[in-house]
Amino acid sequence: MRHLTSIRELTKDAAISLLDNAQQLSQVNDREVKKLPALRGKTVVNLFFENSTRTRISFEVAAKRLSADVINFSADSSSVSKGESLKDTAQTLEALGADAIVLRHPLSGAPKLLAEQDWISASVINAGDGSHEHPTQALLDALTIRQGFGLSHNLSGLKVLIVGDILHSRVARSNILLLNLLGATVTVAGPRTLIPTGVEQMGATVNNSFEDALSAKPDVVMMLRVQKERMQGEFFSSTADYSKAWSLEGDRLAMVGKDALILHPGPMNRGFEISSEAADDPRSQVLRQVSNGVAVRMAVLYRCLSGEQL
Amino acid sequence: MTSLILKSLTLPNGSGADIEIENGRITQIGSVSGSGIDCAGLQALPGFVDVHTHLREPGFEASETILSGSKSAAAGGYTAVMAMANTSPVTDTAEVANLILDAGTAAGFVEVQPIGSVTKGLQGAELSDIKGLSESRSKVRMFSDDGVCVFDEDLMRQALIAVKAFNGVIAQHAQDPTMTFGAQMNAGALATELGMAGWPAEAEESIIKRDAELAEQTGSRLHICHLTTAGAVEVVRWAKSRGINITAEVTPHHLLLTEELVRGYDSVYKVNPPLRKLEDTLALREALLDGTIDVIGTDHAPHAREKKECEWQNAAFGMVGLEHAASVLQEVLIQSGASWERFANVLSVKPAQIAGLENQGQLSVGSIANIALIDPAPKRVIERQTNSKSINNPFAGITLPGQIVHTIFKGRFTVKNTQVQEQQ
Repeated sequence: MRHLTSIRELTKDAAISLLDNAQQLSQVNDREVKKLPALRGKTVVNLFFENSTRTRISFEVAAKRLSADVINFSADSSSVSKGESLKDTAQTLEALGADAIVLRHPLSGAPKLLAEQDWISASVINAGDGSHEHPTQALLDALTIRQGFGLSHNLSGLKVLIVGDILHSRVARSNILLLNLLGATVTVAGPRTLIPTGVEQMGATVNNSFEDALSAKPDVVMMLRVQKERMQGEFFSSTADYSKAWSLEGDRLAMVGKDALILHPGPMNRGFEISSEAADDPRSQVLRQVSNGVAVRMAVLYRCLSGEQL
Repeated sequence: MTSLILKSLTLPNGSGADIEIENGRITQIGSVSGSGIDCAGLQALPGFVDVHTHLREPGFEASETILSGSKSAAAGGYTAVMAMANTSPVTDTAEVANLILDAGTAAGFVEVQPIGSVTKGLQGAELSDIKGLSESRSKVRMFSDDGVCVFDEDLMRQALIAVKAFNGVIAQHAQDPTMTFGAQMNAGALATELGMAGWPAEAEESIIKRDAELAEQTGSRLHICHLTTAGAVEVVRWAKSRGINITAEVTPHHLLLTEELVRGYDSVYKVNPPLRKLEDTLALREALLDGTIDVIGTDHAPHAREKKECEWQNAAFGMVGLEHAASVLQEVLIQSGASWERFANVLSVKPAQIAGLENQGQLSVGSIANIALIDPAPKRVIERQTNSKSINNPFAGITLPGQIVHTIFKGRFTVKNTQVQEQQ
């Protein structure tokens, strides 16, 4: 595996082996010396065309724990704002010695394009592109679910409910693909205007009622972050109306099974798509997701840069 | 007197013959005595006519010039191309039209006939000087805002009325802009997975239906550019059954390629209207076979490399097509059992009629010698580079049948033994 730009690139076995590696690497986080020499001498560039402090820091920590050198390149403070093309930016970074480019881009497909064109030979890792995919987020979610249910292999038989703005969500798309690959069944729920056409063909059942979806007793409830600026006008009448129907709070939180897990990719809008009560509930996995994010990204970086499993 | 004899070729009706050409005209078809160029095994056809070519000059010469586009056309077996109006300046005046006409004549590889824009500056607000264009030296007969749709219904009606006076035609780019804002690819499950805004079939079909009704009311000629959906085929079929004066074109790429190619986000496959699903492609092929679709229009749309070497959403729409249309049509039509006469009709005779080109689309004694000679036998892997200045070639790497061996334009070889022949 040289690149990771889409969950579509993974076989079931490859995904499971990545999760196994991440599980081993997550133990590094608990050590006193949190560092392995695995990628010493390698250079990882975080190329971010869109702000995302959390994802950038997570990749940075992951690369540093493997002893790689890390360069953070933020597109808005660079030559890109002067009109440089993605090709030129990537080739410049490679000329500076980049072995891997971790790419966050507002346009869907930019990482795939960079990986498949013959512009550079560096590895390309997708850190979120437009409303396409966010594969490492899906992997860290899967790792969290596996740990939560004490599973050692796939997610066979688990029911996962994803709630919110599916239309614009790259997290939802990567999760639908990966969860299906690992044997889980996926339901998506949200306002009709925020459910994209044909999502069923990706492997999700659609439900337009949160309560109805909860009554099916999902094992995992994954709340998506709502981008409030998208909740106006054509998609939803008002933010208050959105919360009323789609926030995980009160009676709806009570419907979540006692052994179920609550996930959220962060950052959370407390009191909007998720209540503080739900966010701080013992079933909430939000912080475990963050630490698993580092482990998963270590596994992906290692796999892409060394070409080996651990 | 210059004389040329083509020996032992095959005519569109399947019979063998020789053709004698004198002073740019066909003087004999049959058994001609004397020596000449051996054309055994070659299929002779009237030179091809493209009703939909973007030559990019004036204004975008980094992508294509009238000369480079003309050479590419000749290499594809064409002897005439209709030059779309979305140049800079737009072909909305006689001056621009005449400039294109003259540059085409000077290039000398094909007949270059300018298409006038329907609206000034392609802005969709006010009609161009349609009368002035029609009465100019260029005698413009076809009008199109291709690249954008003439969306204002009343303006479209007025345009149809305006061209009726001289038996002109409006070529519509059918795309409801309100349904396709920011659209990047065919709408549906794949667009959802790839996270891109979709271009729904209804946006094409609703405009064709509306314009067919306008053509019925006005009694004017309407041509639909680049049909792409199974539903659009149904609308055209319906309009023809009502006797509406409508013709339709399909591009080589929509006959062969599908949206699955978008998966790699390689913008060589970005085109407007977008590549559709396999079921649409099959419906288009069937419609071409049964005559619902009249002609091939290449929508040859060259773009400089930097317009394509970028993120999909930032890339220009369009792909080249002049040099592969005949091979695609051979694959689609001849392999399905249709005749070379039908092939000639789709690629030459009917397009010449739609465009109003009197010296094209004929292979008969007395007509101007505009002839394409194809060797149908070879199969070849298409190379990216063609005679076009641009390399946004979606057929690169695909194996297609047939090879243009000679192209004769007004009695002169523009292509001989597959090589483009520079002017003396």
